[in-house]
Amino acid sequence: MRSAVIVFPGSNCDRDVAVALERASGVAPSMVWHRETSLPPVDFIVLPGGFSYGDYLRGGAIAARSPVMRDVEAKAKSGVPVLGICNGFQVLTEIGLLPGILMRNAGLKFICRDVHVAVADTGSVFTGSYEKDQVLRIPVAHNEGNYFADEATLDCLEASGRIAFRYTTPDGLVSEAGNPNGSARNIAGIYNEDRTVMGLMPHPERVVDPAHGGTDGAGMFAGLVKALAR
Amino acid sequence: MLKNGVLDPQGKAIGHALESLGFEGVGEVRQGKVIELELASSDRNAAEAEIDQMCQRLLANTVIENYTIEIEE
Repeated sequence: MRSAVIVFPGSNCDRDVAVALERASGVAPSMVWHRETSLPPVDFIVLPGGFSYGDYLRGGAIAARSPVMRDVEAKAKSGVPVLGICNGFQVLTEIGLLPGILMRNAGLKFICRDVHVAVADTGSVFTGSYEKDQVLRIPVAHNEGNYFADEATLDCLEASGRIAFRYTTPDGLVSEAGNPNGSARNIAGIYNEDRTVMGLMPHPERVVDPAHGGTDGAGMFAGLVKALAR
Repeated sequence: MLKNGVLDPQGKAIGHALESLGFEGVGEVRQGKVIELELASSDRNAAEAEIDQMCQRLLANTVIENYTIEIEE
């Protein structure tokens, strides 16, 4: 699996995700700087977490308009799977590849801790290695993770099975108690219509090694390699 | 500005702070951003149309935000 990690000024999870990808696929990803105008031929693209452009204007807003994103958008539209983690999810909503927006956390505080999410759908290259309703423990680290979309969009996401992950309590209950940031309908991750673009706020790349204190994120990368290996 | 109906936790926090300073009778508080642009154009209508495009494409996120344009000469 040939992959690319897009690097913006202020990205800070690019190396973590590169390590996770290399560990899963045996191939180091191409690290592509935001000023590039085209990507090498790849099977998979990651927009990593961080604080691209210092979160100026809105999280992900400037990154979404940077030169490299034109080719990322074109490749996404041609079916190349794209994963946006945390700030990468914000970029995907800002560029319009995913609906809605990530707003300031309801509690107004930066949240940096492990949360629990349930796998709400397994019908994608991102989630195929998990069981439906499986509960994962994955860290979050964000100030703007409060997913918002109008009711019609939320209904559509729900009806079409495009909610990939929901925040839960440790025992898998989708409830207010399990919702760290006020996200509508406990949404932690969603797909586009074709299920080839996914954004999520939790950081699977931070739990791929037992030394991280957990390995619940490893399945996502292993599943991607299995689905996209050539 | 955030659209009506979009929860504004920052506005709420500002409202509570005003209350604790003793300001009474403050209802809902909504906060937003002001962005000042200097434009070379001297054509008011063309400038307004261009700024509208800027708002649509970058300056505002119309999923949650409204915007208004004011032009000073």
